[in-house]
Amino acid sequence: MIYEELIKETALADDRLIVMTAENRALIRNLPAVLGPRFIDTGITEQTLIGAAAGLALRGRIPVVHALATFLTLRAFEFIRTDVGIGQLPVKISSFVPGFLSDGNGPTHQAIEDVALMRGIPGMTVFAPADEADMLGMLPQIWASPSPAYVRINTRPGTYQHAPFEMGKAEVVATGTDATILVYGMLFEQALIARELLEAQGKSVGLINMRTLKPVDEAALLQVVQAGGLVVTLEDHFQTGGLYSILAEVLLKNELTAKVLPIALNERWYKPGLLSEVLEYEGFTGQHIARRIAEKLGANPAAITTKTAVVENQFAE
Amino acid sequence: MTSEKQDELKALALRVREHIVRLSTDGGCFTGASLSCADLLVYLYADFLNISPATVDAPDRDFLFLSKGHDVPALYGTFAELGFMPKERLANHLKANDSIYWHPNRAVPGVEFHSGSLGHLPSVGLGVALDNRMRGLKNHTIVITGDGELNEGSVWETVLVAAAHKLSNFTLVVDRNHFQANVATEDLIPLEPLGPKFEAFGWAVQRIDGHDFAQLEAAFGALPFAADRPSVIICDTVRGRGLPSIEARADRWFCNFSADEVVELLKELHSQESTTLTSETLTVR
Repeated sequence: MIYEELIKETALADDRLIVMTAENRALIRNLPAVLGPRFIDTGITEQTLIGAAAGLALRGRIPVVHALATFLTLRAFEFIRTDVGIGQLPVKISSFVPGFLSDGNGPTHQAIEDVALMRGIPGMTVFAPADEADMLGMLPQIWASPSPAYVRINTRPGTYQHAPFEMGKAEVVATGTDATILVYGMLFEQALIARELLEAQGKSVGLINMRTLKPVDEAALLQVVQAGGLVVTLEDHFQTGGLYSILAEVLLKNELTAKVLPIALNERWYKPGLLSEVLEYEGFTGQHIARRIAEKLGANPAAITTKTAVVENQFAE
Repeated sequence: MTSEKQDELKALALRVREHIVRLSTDGGCFTGASLSCADLLVYLYADFLNISPATVDAPDRDFLFLSKGHDVPALYGTFAELGFMPKERLANHLKANDSIYWHPNRAVPGVEFHSGSLGHLPSVGLGVALDNRMRGLKNHTIVITGDGELNEGSVWETVLVAAAHKLSNFTLVVDRNHFQANVATEDLIPLEPLGPKFEAFGWAVQRIDGHDFAQLEAAFGALPFAADRPSVIICDTVRGRGLPSIEARADRWFCNFSADEVVELLKELHSQESTTLTSETLTVR
């Protein structure tokens, strides 16, 4: 199963579903012939795409819109906020190449404030699957929900066998007493590697795949904090407004504090290049992450020497 | 159109204008833009659109979207007169316990979607028109924009896309009152020649006097203007139409009259003789 098959099957079973795009067809190339008028390409018009999706949703349709994450969330932000948000309409946003996945495109294409923007819209739900299998397990529930939804599309292959998705719940991959890594989206694979490297150094390290950023699984975050170790927020997003901020909000709300290591992009865009180059340069490979955590734990980062291989991104758009 | 019908619509439009004047105090409203589209809205709801208080949710109704939302007092007045909402509800204007404020919202029966930020409802209407076509309906989807609103790039995106999709069930109506907020359109961002602009974008165009009910009937009755193109009706109108003391004045966009002025302006609607206005002129809201 791939994304295109899932959306095709869903659309063929439910004629409310409309596949829309602002000429970003990477994931849905074969659907025009299958869906006919229920495949709508508005051309390079993100604002009209979202407005038209709102109009279709007003008529009882479930539009799933496709475009690059940065253009959807930035160019069309006001349309998402004002038409979809105020209208509380079930428009489903499939946001392509978010975060590091725009690898070589450069800062114009880096959607690394999208989580901050989307979660600021009342009623908007926000999701970031760890890999393709995780995403395909999540989308049916996201599309079936009456809420507007923003999904950081992630078609990268994964090796981890995920637990079934439950709306609003994080996936607890492991618990640990020295540190716990909170992660969402494509960095999950690097977090898995980082955890293994740290465990090999005798550290007890937990790992949580957040999956849903809004509504966030507050209980899961509180359990991690109450366990007492270092909490690591790992994200391909600006440090402000994403998971680090979400954790801070949960802590304040519950009158708690914690030792937190944010691994994010602090007040800067990332250096463009092949994905492996980006992760290496920016310090987001499993090895780099493990070293940063080891240092924070007072261990010797130089003891972690295993280099991690990165599968390159398959999209060039 | 018979002269009896015209008289009936004129009388209705006069009552709608009275509502607009009464809403132009105690906080005020966008009086000028409301008066320019009053005849248009009266014609559409009283004589053209397949929608009534009993059919506001009917799946096959005609859809009207007011994209230049600040002229909503004209819609409130029309809805009050035609029974979409009780007239008494207009007394709740700007009261927090109701939803009768400076821009439209769906808490008012008959309002299809909220607006206020310009350049949004052409695209929302496009989505609705696409859905209506998929359903095989023969109904109309009409979006009213201001002329100043045509400054917004998103309008022209949608104009391109609607033409590409050959959406003949989709109609834009431009309330061409020749003013944007504070300045005449042609002094700021000139729009003319406006009809040829739309033609160049692949639309079928008619241009009429938006205060003439016979011309409104002739134009709307001819929809769709083409079988494979969307239609646009450019309605030349006068900002502040009906109140000679504020007609076509750049400085009378948002009006908040005193109670005494409202009494005089209600007389002016009937006499068409200008009153002297002393209330503060607001050009920014």
